[in-house]
Amino acid sequence: MLVSAASMEKKKTPLWGVHKQLGARLIDFGGWEMPVQYPAGMVKEHRAVREAVGLFDVSHMGEVYLRGPRVREAVERLTTNAVAGAPAGKAVYTLLCLPSGGVVDDCIFYKVSDEEFFIVVNASNTAKDLEHFREQTHSLCEVVDASDDRSLIAVQGPRAVAMVDELAGGALAGLPGFTFADATVAGVPCIAARTGYTGEDGFELSCAHEHAVPLWSALLEAATPLGGLPIGLGARDSLRLEARLPLYGNDLDEDHTPLEAGLGWAVKLDGRDFLGADALRRQKQAGLERKLAGFRIDEAQRAIARHGYPIVDRRITEGSQVIGAVTSGGPGVYVGGSIGLGYVPIEAAAPGGTLWIDCRGKDVAATVVEGKFYKRPAR
Amino acid sequence: MAELPSDLRYTKDHEWVRPQGDRWRVGITRFAADQIGDVVMVELPAAGAAVTRGEEFGTVESVKAVSPLYAPVSGKVVAVNDELKNVPELVNNDPYGGGWMIEIEPSDRSQLDELLAADAYGALIATAG
Repeated sequence: MLVSAASMEKKKTPLWGVHKQLGARLIDFGGWEMPVQYPAGMVKEHRAVREAVGLFDVSHMGEVYLRGPRVREAVERLTTNAVAGAPAGKAVYTLLCLPSGGVVDDCIFYKVSDEEFFIVVNASNTAKDLEHFREQTHSLCEVVDASDDRSLIAVQGPRAVAMVDELAGGALAGLPGFTFADATVAGVPCIAARTGYTGEDGFELSCAHEHAVPLWSALLEAATPLGGLPIGLGARDSLRLEARLPLYGNDLDEDHTPLEAGLGWAVKLDGRDFLGADALRRQKQAGLERKLAGFRIDEAQRAIARHGYPIVDRRITEGSQVIGAVTSGGPGVYVGGSIGLGYVPIEAAAPGGTLWIDCRGKDVAATVVEGKFYKRPAR
Repeated sequence: MAELPSDLRYTKDHEWVRPQGDRWRVGITRFAADQIGDVVMVELPAAGAAVTRGEEFGTVESVKAVSPLYAPVSGKVVAVNDELKNVPELVNNDPYGGGWMIEIEPSDRSQLDELLAADAYGALIATAG
């Protein structure tokens, strides 16, 4: 028997009513009822973030505190990147790995002090991550789930920094990338981080739930005359793909390592002993057998690669011709054509080479691309 | 609810048909276009192709997903809206006008009776939406 999804109570962020009022289309996203798009539509929303500023309600993301006198030992064990010894005020992107090297989640650790870290994790992984933290920190620290206490609003785009800075009385423009600070934005006490998931400059603002609506309203009021828009999950996904930022569950999972995902820059192995370090060291030594390749399909081919489409090699005469699958794919809304990612054997992943993608029964040539599909221009 | 043109016939798959002479113009409804979201590509058959009622004749791709197009009637494709190659957003902006997709010469004019009138289609999407 099917259990109707509608019969299960969906979680709502404090901004749910605001999204409704703005005319957003709401969808189920990992148990949350979230805006996938507003009336402007995904293309206009995407462009607004590339050219002006966009507001995102990302309050569904999980928030965790790790605290205690020995918290650094716990963090050192959990993270592939150099997080534990980072200076207070630093935000560090890292993977959480299993002993196998497979990825439990990707997240940002905010170092509050030597005894406190604040972590923002993927919404769909919050419960799993909490369990991982509790299991793997061996009582070295307190694990506090703050997901139900904090709202999170991202403000992204070329106009974002100046706009938020003005609402913060000039206190935030000087905040360097991947750092955070306490700030008052439009009268609301926030933790402001110079981070994001769009390939643009901007902030992610964490505030108490009861302040979410006034903060959002002030931000939207400031953004509208700049050509800014509220942005749904649809454009959030197309923006992050252009910036080649991986999405957990698509491009990252427990069956692939950060090295295979091209995230070696966030894996600091030297002299360290974190979860998965041995496996990653071995893999590095042996060399990769497969890799997450980025690809681009030229506009003239009039084809769009989508999640799950097979990557094929028709020269194979024995066994399966399927050499991989598209993990993320879609139109390059700002860069044109179609772009995507997929795990393929290392010999097929050379930049400039050709991958063939079976787009609904039609083999389409894609060019392997190194690096981001969209790079923000120097301003 | 947006107005449904009363001179059109509809399918439960959200296509519309304008039955004029022996060339029946086909597109998707505003309801469908709104559900799909911003259309970035439309794939259509070539003129001369045969289409079968209820079977896929093309696709509409939005930022988020690909959606199949189902032939509202059987027959032969006699015209294709090439404008959609360069301006796919016409499907969203003008679904009953410039966003038309193909013209079909129906194999049998009695197929018209199988299609829904505006009020019946309106009732259908009122429950779906």
